Amino acid sequence: MSTFLGMPVHAPRGVGHLRGDESFPAAARTALGDSQLRRNLQHATTTIRGKSGRVIAELPDWQELRSAGSALKASTMARLPELLEQLEEKVTAAGGVVHWAADANEANQIVTDLVRATGSQRVIKVKSMATQEIGLNEALEAAGITPVETDLAELIVQLGNDKPSHILVPAIHRNRSEIREIFLRAMPGVDPKLTDDPPVLAGAARRYLRETFMSTTVAVSGANFAIADTGTLAVVESEGNGRMCLTLPETLITVMGIEKLVPTWQDLEVFLQLLPRASTGERMNPYTSMWTGVTPGDGPQNFHLVLLDNGRTAVLADEVGRQALHCIRCSACLNVCPVYERTGGHAYGSVYPGPIGAILSPQLTGVEDNASLPYASSLCGACFDACPVKIDIPSILVHLRNQAPHPRTEAAVMAAAAYTMDHPRLYRSAQRAAKLSRIAGRRGRGLPPPLNGWSASRDLPAPPKETFRDWWRNR
Amino acid sequence: MSSKNIILDRIRAALASGAESPEIPRDYRRGPAEVDLDLLVERLVDYKAVVHRLNPEKSGIEPVIGGGVEGSGPQAGVADARPLDGVEAEGAAGGGSGGERAASAGAAAVRAAIADILGAGTVVVPPGLPLEWLPDGVVGLVDDGLSAERIAAADGVVTAAAVAVVETGTIVLDASPDQGRRIISLLPDLHICVLRADQVVASVPEAVARLDPTRPLTWISGPSATSDIELNRVEGVHGPRNLHVILTG
Ligand code: SF4
Repeated sequence: MSTFLGMPVHAPRGVGHLRGDESFPAAARTALGDSQLRRNLQHATTTIRGKSGRVIAELPDWQELRSAGSALKASTMARLPELLEQLEEKVTAAGGVVHWAADANEANQIVTDLVRATGSQRVIKVKSMATQEIGLNEALEAAGITPVETDLAELIVQLGNDKPSHILVPAIHRNRSEIREIFLRAMPGVDPKLTDDPPVLAGAARRYLRETFMSTTVAVSGANFAIADTGTLAVVESEGNGRMCLTLPETLITVMGIEKLVPTWQDLEVFLQLLPRASTGERMNPYTSMWTGVTPGDGPQNFHLVLLDNGRTAVLADEVGRQALHCIRCSACLNVCPVYERTGGHAYGSVYPGPIGAILSPQLTGVEDNASLPYASSLCGACFDACPVKIDIPSILVHLRNQAPHPRTEAAVMAAAAYTMDHPRLYRSAQRAAKLSRIAGRRGRGLPPPLNGWSASRDLPAPPKETFRDWWRNR
Repeated sequence: MSSKNIILDRIRAALASGAESPEIPRDYRRGPAEVDLDLLVERLVDYKAVVHRLNPEKSGIEPVIGGGVEGSGPQAGVADARPLDGVEAEGAAGGGSGGERAASAGAAAVRAAIADILGAGTVVVPPGLPLEWLPDGVVGLVDDGLSAERIAAADGVVTAAAVAVVETGTIVLDASPDQGRRIISLLPDLHICVLRADQVVASVPEAVARLDPTRPLTWISGPSATSDIELNRVEGVHGPRNLHVILTG
């Protein structure tokens, strides 16, 4: 019996945000038609690539840090049971309470019960991928509890009745004038003279959330890192909304995927160098908070840590795919991805978009539930080069394509496509031909050989005016 | 069967086919490396902190102006200059090492620097901060469990620091008596942080090695900022919008 219960399972259906309503090609077609979206994305990703490249170049040992980060994550996965138990022991000894959630439903129930027990009708939230993944906000709302997102981008998304489109900058698809319009329309008490100057927009968010921070007694956060040998948790942020949530309330509930572990305190020296430079392109992000259990007289006096599986053990069971659990959510792979830059995050249907989403979401849900995502890539390899923990995303994509329930011919055609894309001259001419076919009005009818077998079985979006490679050259 | 056991069993089943635990290659730079204070100042200023460098040899203050979002906090003016809210000037209210430091000749220079930054007003101070650091005209509100409202209403906060990192322009607070509860350096709009040169290390690994993870730690690199609008760094969201660093010794 216990063998059965103990087998890795995928994230359950009907809860959370790991599955889209439509396949990637269908969703991407909509996005490709939105030229404002494309301009916003291009502007933002170009900016971040430049910043990140400059601060990475300042470190003479970037490659050594990547290798250490990669090895640390592999070693963490290999020792996961022992390290998780160590973490639980340390957090408990420091006055925290540890909960284990096998899936999204159980995690939502645990958090809802904990909030209910405090009597609070409202929680403040720090941006957290794990709580988006499990649909915690919806679960809290169903229980009559109001979740308030406090991260500026999350606030833009929440006020705009929108969905996040990037793991680090969820409102990356919005430019400053769109943000101004959303604030004017939906932010209570906003100054009608609001301009679209970014500091002015940031100031409006500051005023709007102040009172909420001061009066809410429960916060929910995620965690960037949890250190097994000390029980310390770390949240990396910019705005100070994280510090507010981690410091002001009486009760703090942190929801964390079981893969976020780091073995020792010392190991943090690697990730604290990799993450900010790869993600926001800063030498260091403005604020990082670290806490161990409860500190009497300082910060929340009740601390709960919820350890979440929700399909992660199924990812771990795949010897090739398990590397996806090494991800530190820096978003560098999104920012360099020519496919992401054109389609944006919404097309991926999951809270995890871009190259990491294309390998993580199908593994969390089972490939059958996200069958088109492993194809949402040109296998150009830019993500692998950008990844600070050296996750070999292209290899995992190919591996997952072999598992996706598609006609056998498609696998063969994809192999040909992969070959073509590995050979720039062939790829260039195939893509140019595709562009010509677009001009010729053969929209949706297919790609030229050798890519045509694939597009015959998949309704491809119209090829964009500029190919990925044209773009890459001109960027 | 508890969820804990279910999850641990699942992990063991997932790893049953074998998983390698590789050696960790630690050939990145781990220090100790030479501390370049000029570079620290440059990095702090680059992320819009204002640095006041107290140069013991020149016996003067060199303010290095970075940014500051809305001016540099409340400007000098004729304000109520009550001396330190009835707290004895010579004694830090708690904490040992802070008291010794207060005796150092640097106190006068720190006082002058704070007078430059704030002129007059009310600042929250942690219980272990040397009150000699506060100039006439600046009222120290010692945190003995102040309410969030009182902290937020202050013109600023003055703290010491635990460690600083040259390479990243980062200051770390560890909630020692001269740094105080996390809340006090968060709510006021102006944070004045007094940093000693011997607290500065070259790199992140050296800082991690110096810190005690069981204390609440706050790593600060510039004033509150966001990259959420078109991915450019914009200073001034929820944390203090003005960060002044007084570098002594
Ligand atoms: S896969 Fe790598 S590059 Fe992409 S978000 Fe994760 S850590 Fe960053």
